[in-house]
Amino acid sequence: MAPLDRANVDTDAIIPKQFLKSIRRSGFGPNLFDEWRYLDHGEPGMDPAQRTPNPEFVLNLPRYRGAEILLARANFGCGSSREHAPWALQDYGFRVVIAPSFADIFFNNCFKIGLLPIVLPEDAVERLFREVLAEGAEGYRLHVDLARQSVETPAGMAFSFEIDPYRKHSLWNGLDEIGLTLQHADEIAAFEARHRAAQPWLFSGQAAQAPGSRQASSDIPSTR
Amino acid sequence: MQATLYDKLWRSHVVRQATDEPDGMALIYIDRHLVHEVTSPQAFEGLKLAGRKPRRLDSILAVADHNVPTTGRGGGIADPVSRLQVETLDRNCDELGITEFRMDDRRQGIVHVIGPEQGATLPGMTVVCGDSHTSTHGAFACLAFGIGTSEVEHVLATQCLLIKKSKSMQIRIEGGLARGVTAKDIALAVIGRIGTAGGTGHAIEFAGSAVRALSMEGRMTLCNMAIEAGARAGMVAVDDTTLEYLRERPFAPRGALWEQAAAYWRTLGSDPEAVFDRTIVLDAARIEPQVTWGTSPEMVASIDGRVPDPSQIADATRRHDMEHALEYMGLAPNMPITEIRPDKVFIGSCTNSRIEDLRAAADVVRGRHIAGSIRLAMVVPGSGLVKRQAEQEGLDQVFRAAGFEWREPGCSMCLAMNDDRLLPGERCASTSNRNFEGRQGPGGRTHLVSPAMAAAAAVTGHFVDVRKMD
Repeated sequence: MAPLDRANVDTDAIIPKQFLKSIRRSGFGPNLFDEWRYLDHGEPGMDPAQRTPNPEFVLNLPRYRGAEILLARANFGCGSSREHAPWALQDYGFRVVIAPSFADIFFNNCFKIGLLPIVLPEDAVERLFREVLAEGAEGYRLHVDLARQSVETPAGMAFSFEIDPYRKHSLWNGLDEIGLTLQHADEIAAFEARHRAAQPWLFSGQAAQAPGSRQASSDIPSTR
Repeated sequence: MQATLYDKLWRSHVVRQATDEPDGMALIYIDRHLVHEVTSPQAFEGLKLAGRKPRRLDSILAVADHNVPTTGRGGGIADPVSRLQVETLDRNCDELGITEFRMDDRRQGIVHVIGPEQGATLPGMTVVCGDSHTSTHGAFACLAFGIGTSEVEHVLATQCLLIKKSKSMQIRIEGGLARGVTAKDIALAVIGRIGTAGGTGHAIEFAGSAVRALSMEGRMTLCNMAIEAGARAGMVAVDDTTLEYLRERPFAPRGALWEQAAAYWRTLGSDPEAVFDRTIVLDAARIEPQVTWGTSPEMVASIDGRVPDPSQIADATRRHDMEHALEYMGLAPNMPITEIRPDKVFIGSCTNSRIEDLRAAADVVRGRHIAGSIRLAMVVPGSGLVKRQAEQEGLDQVFRAAGFEWREPGCSMCLAMNDDRLLPGERCASTSNRNFEGRQGPGGRTHLVSPAMAAAAAVTGHFVDVRKMD
């Protein structure tokens, strides 16, 4: 487990915007926490091996190498909706993030890709920080049990965590959420028909002018 | 049963509950899907790989905004990585038949500006976009929130999303705002009060006489910043101001359909006895122009205030964060806010790039010139149509005469995914929404303010109370 001892870690810090220009879904790991992790400025396409790591950044300390759990502070993942943030964490090798609280969109995005965000009480997180940062705690490992919804320390202290049953089921089974939703296509179609009858203007949909027209007469009413 | 606006929007979109629990995950129908180039390519690719097609093309409106240059459009996009991302959006929209406002379309602009401007955002809708500032659209009494790329794909394929209902929070701002105090100052004051995680897990409804008195532009600014308070969605009830704004917009209904829609829209407000999980009340008259001093929007002070002193903070984590922020920002404890001197001024972004914002800034700038210490002051209108209207009103001339650059529409220096960015150590008075480390460029220092306050800083060279300028 690796400890990141800062509150309000935002998605710009997790994966800076210059890496969002990629049209791919993978390969973000080397740029996770890029501005904290390297002393030089990172741009897409740079070879990580040629860059200067910041020796003081926690993920660069040998004792946390290979960590699969990230321990963080309150409001982790605040900011943008970029799924690139959980992609980068996962691509780096993290499977679980533990914090006292997460930003909503980030929290939700994690489940979509099979990264498990765990909310533990402040005092439990505080205790984990103390233990993992302690001298001689190299190789500190937690046991995370999704089925039993518990986190267990090496000394055998267990903390339980909450998870929505639907999300737990999906994580456990690695289900294709779109495929599952499409199993309810009839219900969606029935809803759509009712919705259209109640609010037909939602389905007249396109601009009064020809959609996509480059000339776009579309003189919108001015606002004063 | 008395319902909140959020309850009404939620209930009218539940396709099915995903579990037996009443407040568990539910499948929610999505009416409007706004798409931009950054968070969509992987979703379109996923769709294609699975052999799926978008379910309702007429619900989608696409535009490139994050990567587009704000100068020299004729030459295209110089950065090959940015160009590929925009071209990928163009190609996906072409192949699938999605309506897109391209870079050469007069209607192109920031996705959260053009949705409402076109009437593509309507009351009672669920509106999503792969962008956290989708909360902006809640100003029209819709349930609007940002989603990740997996969810973009899910909406494309199914027209639905699996989400959990949030708790409800009402933020009431009562009374009249002082002259020169704007929706941006309300938003920053609210975040200063409840913190950037204050609204986490909640949908916020903004209410009260000060909110009723705001224009739609002001309400959009307020809802835009709901996400900076941690809330995925912000919203405001429908009233005459809402309807007047929408009438005759290209995507809005007309004739009898308009009358039918408007009658329904007027029901979109919280019932008088509706109960919120949390209520916060602010006195509008006590809100002063706000300036952020740190690296989180909650690190904010009034213009007559000072940079705080970490040594006065008891909590170790907060003290540590504050010390770190002040070091990054290059500020000393107890320094008056009015002594902070920006190098650059940015007026734009989905928070503050609409016509009213540009008018407010122009009113301050008119007849003045930017200070000698300002390296760059720029105005980036939110859309091609905002730009044209501003030009018709002569605002571009006011800005240009004062030494501002007048640019093409886009996200620009709000997030520096394009050529507009701060250099390391540069300090910016910015009308955008995030002052995170590196947000406007690596090492850049951002101070969030209203358009009028940004304009005042541009002409004086330091932050100043816009109310004291004649």
